[in-house]
Amino acid sequence: MGVYAGMSKREVNVVYLTRRCEFSASHFYHNPQMSDEENRRVFGRCNNPLGHGHNYALEITVEGEIDPRTGYVLDLAELKQILEREVLDSFDHRFLNKEVPEFAALIPTTENIAVAIWRRLQGKLPTRLHRVRLYEAADLFVDYYGE
Amino acid sequence: MKAHLTRRYSFSASHRLHSPRLTDEENRRVFGKCNNPYGHGHNYTLEVTVAGEIQARTGMVCDLGELDAAVLREAIDPMDHQHLNALEALAGQVPSTEVLARYIFERLRHSFRAAKVERVRLQETAQNSAEYGGERAERATAAPGQ
Repeated sequence: MGVYAGMSKREVNVVYLTRRCEFSASHFYHNPQMSDEENRRVFGRCNNPLGHGHNYALEITVEGEIDPRTGYVLDLAELKQILEREVLDSFDHRFLNKEVPEFAALIPTTENIAVAIWRRLQGKLPTRLHRVRLYEAADLFVDYYGE
Repeated sequence: MKAHLTRRYSFSASHRLHSPRLTDEENRRVFGKCNNPYGHGHNYTLEVTVAGEIQARTGMVCDLGELDAAVLREAIDPMDHQHLNALEALAGQVPSTEVLARYIFERLRHSFRAAKVERVRLQETAQNSAEYGGERAERATAAPGQ
């Protein structure tokens, strides 16, 4: 917006663009500050230390105005590349607790993974990140808006 | 950090769209096939969204088992494989997707306290869904008689 400082105000149409991708990964839930028994009680089957897996679906929504030259809010090929580089390359076919540094001391719940993905993408996109939606399964997803 | 968690459920039920405030002819005209006297059924999909801070101890907004239990108790048990017009709490109301969404939201909001119940989305078919989050809005003109 700085480009327009000092110029008359203008109205733009804000458009939300969403790209969906998938990754498969394993994880388990365990809080080292709780006893083994408490972990089993709170996390149930998710506490199995060998882990279990999901096909995650990730929807990234960006917000911006339409570039009159291209008609795009954002070049989808560019968004795809950024998602691969920042997220999928390190999450897909990995054991999240052991192989993704954010989860060395943080439980990789759907909530925490969504926040971690937001932090990886923030500042890396050419337009504003609006929402990270992460599906762990078809019947469970988390939305994070950076709040 | 505040996250919004959505869980999806399903139930099957029958209903008939018929308003006691309308004549039989008006009911037929307004509701069409949905007014057939014996009712008809749908496979409903229910999405419940709760919001709250991610708890440091569990990494979660709330315990999913507790949410499932509340939704089972407040929505699935009373509605699954039932005829919705027979629900006492909805007596006198048309069991439309909108009315059902509002009813489920209100029940959950009062009984589930582990996180804020933010929104209910009820899908009647792949083509129709209604969302309710308890919003109220002022309208410039009130319809007479309401």
